[in-house]
Amino acid sequence: MSADAVTLDSNDKEPSYLDFKGKYSGIRGWIFSTDHKRIGILYMIGILTFFIAGATFGFLMRLELISPGETIMSAQTYNRFFTLHGVIMVFLFIIPGIPAVFGNFFLPILIGAKDVAFPRLNLFSWYLYLTGGILALLSIVMPGGPADTGWTFYIPYSVRTDTNVIFSLCAAFVLGFSSILTGLNFVTTVHRLKALGMGWFKMPLSVWSFYATAWVQVLATPIIGITLLLVGIERVLHVGIFDPALGGDPVLYQHLFWIYSHPAVYIMILPAMGMVSEIIPVFAHRTIFGYKFIAFSSIAIALFGSLVWAHHMFTAGMSDTGQFIFSLLTMLVAIPSAIKVFNWIATLYKGSIELATPMLYVLAFIFLFTIGGLTGVMAGVIAIDIQIHDTSFIVGHFHYVMFGGTGFALFAALHYWMPKMFGRMYNRKFAKIAFWFVFIGFNFLYFPMLIMGWLGMPRRYYDYLPQFHPYHLISTIGSWIVIAGLLLMFYNLFKALKSGPVVTEKNIWGGETLEWQIDTPPIHENFTEIPVIEESPYQYKENDLNLDENKEEK
Amino acid sequence: MSTQEHAATHTHRDDYGARMGMWLFLFTELILFGGMFLVYSVYRFTNQSEFHLAATELNTIIGTFNTAILLTSSLTMALSITAIQKNNKSLSVFFQLLTILLGLFFMMNKYFEWSAKINHGLFPGSDELLTKSSGEILFFGLYYVMTGLHGLHVLVGMILIAVMAGFTSRGIITHDNYVKLENTGLYWHLVDIIWIFLFPLFYLIT
Amino acid sequence: MENNNSHSQNSHSYGIYILVWLALVVLTTVTVTVAGLDLKTLTVTVALVIASIKSYLVITIFMHLRSEGKTFKVFVMVALLFLLVSFILLFADYSFQ
Repeated sequence: MSADAVTLDSNDKEPSYLDFKGKYSGIRGWIFSTDHKRIGILYMIGILTFFIAGATFGFLMRLELISPGETIMSAQTYNRFFTLHGVIMVFLFIIPGIPAVFGNFFLPILIGAKDVAFPRLNLFSWYLYLTGGILALLSIVMPGGPADTGWTFYIPYSVRTDTNVIFSLCAAFVLGFSSILTGLNFVTTVHRLKALGMGWFKMPLSVWSFYATAWVQVLATPIIGITLLLVGIERVLHVGIFDPALGGDPVLYQHLFWIYSHPAVYIMILPAMGMVSEIIPVFAHRTIFGYKFIAFSSIAIALFGSLVWAHHMFTAGMSDTGQFIFSLLTMLVAIPSAIKVFNWIATLYKGSIELATPMLYVLAFIFLFTIGGLTGVMAGVIAIDIQIHDTSFIVGHFHYVMFGGTGFALFAALHYWMPKMFGRMYNRKFAKIAFWFVFIGFNFLYFPMLIMGWLGMPRRYYDYLPQFHPYHLISTIGSWIVIAGLLLMFYNLFKALKSGPVVTEKNIWGGETLEWQIDTPPIHENFTEIPVIEESPYQYKENDLNLDENKEEK
Repeated sequence: MSTQEHAATHTHRDDYGARMGMWLFLFTELILFGGMFLVYSVYRFTNQSEFHLAATELNTIIGTFNTAILLTSSLTMALSITAIQKNNKSLSVFFQLLTILLGLFFMMNKYFEWSAKINHGLFPGSDELLTKSSGEILFFGLYYVMTGLHGLHVLVGMILIAVMAGFTSRGIITHDNYVKLENTGLYWHLVDIIWIFLFPLFYLIT
Repeated sequence: MENNNSHSQNSHSYGIYILVWLALVVLTTVTVTVAGLDLKTLTVTVALVIASIKSYLVITIFMHLRSEGKTFKVFVMVALLFLLVSFILLFADYSFQ
């Protein structure tokens, strides 16, 4: 697998999408481009920038928490920081993350298309993303200062506080619209632009994930749209809908908020699972086990995920019947996720495992997501949740799934697809070293949260009792290890972009999906000739026991 | 399943895909208003008698009239599409303009309704309203927000149809290329459907 | 079969639209009349049922859903199901408070 020197695979006739000369040139050729690949890169810049911003707030929060009492910031500042950390990470990093970057870049290629169904709408989605990001940043500098409500904007406080809630609400609304349009685009693309011969069950599994995610984006996001709009209207016009003094119901707000925000976590995790399903077969050199189960489980997760939202509200003041029903439904939603984990592990069995960096992140994903998922199921048990709701346990839980899950899958996808996207290879040794820093640091950062939450440490508190100090100390040091790893990872990737060895080989990893049959980097229209599909994806010839087809054994 | 056109052609027309995209967008609008209906239904459930009391302030006749106006505008919108399908350009434009006119009547009625209420001191944050029970405050809050949001969508629809009327007269929308008009029609019909539900829930609960 | 560019199946005559419009006007009259009859809680149910019938007519005829393929119909079902389920589960809490 050579990663340097020019090979015979390069297409000398057509320039890559990076060099393509369209209607505009220079920077305008990028910010006015409707090429899904360029839009994916534009998103990548935004996503990674906001990740760094969000991580900075997280880093500073952990610095505050390294010792009890006020360390580097006041309580009020701490409130603003965790709000910003949440708003940026949730709305500007994790929710758009994998779909906007890798969905945009690769979905059309994976189904044998030249672009998405609505390329101009795609560009508009990015403009909306940018606008939302600017609004969020403006909330920091405008008078009133950043919001201090938490990213959940619970009423009545979000109606009463003098901070820049309106800016944050507008940012989230605009970002929601961006998400909706992306989802709309992807659903239509998958229905209308699959290449000849690619039936639904010959699509790569990441396409199934993007498709299921897109539906959740389209259906669930409008609910947060109207909810946040109503909070803004309440602040300005005092209609009473979300003001308890006038008859408004805070529990109703929470219902509406979570009717979106729970499905939102499936918007976060489904594409990540799609990445895992893509990467495991390649580096285990085996056909994916249980293709149909994985495909259908994506749909099942999207479906069941809309039924469980009130498990975020067990201590809010719901009826006992309501609580019981939601707890029961929450148990169900774990099942399709577990099905995926079992299928991935079965794919590894008797595989020829290659521990390339993408595979490391993916294996870490399975481990971290399992911890996160299981702690989630624990939280779904009402009697347990009464104790751990609003504690560090929950913070640990969702960081295991969102960061250990989606975050790691995003890093995996970066290392897997970057050579194809840019025609450059990164230093593999540094990539692995960075991985170990991130992985080990991650567990030091978040595992103590599970313990101290269990012991009673509340979340969103900048001060704490002395008995929690050792856990916070370990956690903060863990955050430094993670940051060191991330810095090395980003440095490695950026350096590769600028001066890494050039890659022109079409298929450096030995993948079986369509992106590995086209040029590196792809030409403007992806394919010189749209392929006709005959085989299923993931047909690995070596070590393939054909367990799911013929039930033969070697 | 669709086929990809040859790589040499850069644009391909997919009316079915355009309609699919529009339907998906309509779902988001449906659920946006659906969220408001969820709020309405909870507050009504917990404030039944006060909702009944507050609803007596609304004028059923204007509400019914507005319902009839909007239903008719859906008709004219549908007829405009049949007209262009039959290559009758001027009839299509006529129906489109008629739809806009009906939308205008709707908005004028709304304006009169709202100003009457506001003149009686019944608007969000008013002293008069604050003397009433919380159920009544909620009713009026929902009334203004929901009919206001709906009215905004009527306005947007009118603008869209005006643009389509322009396209139709200029021959951009023709008898074999009218998916833009169809999609605008879909939007307009959804705005009508939302009002079909708003009407009984606000005007007919006395 | 899904067409790319022609949709002769999506056209209706002027007549059927006018008929549907008449039905809608009649149904509206019914709703208003029923509301005047003071049936207490039944009024809401009747009103919502009639509103649903009117919406069904608008969706299937005016919006051509009847002549679109199965895919669009499934889409609409999915969207409505999402709303319905949210509504039901929300009231799973509120009905028992």
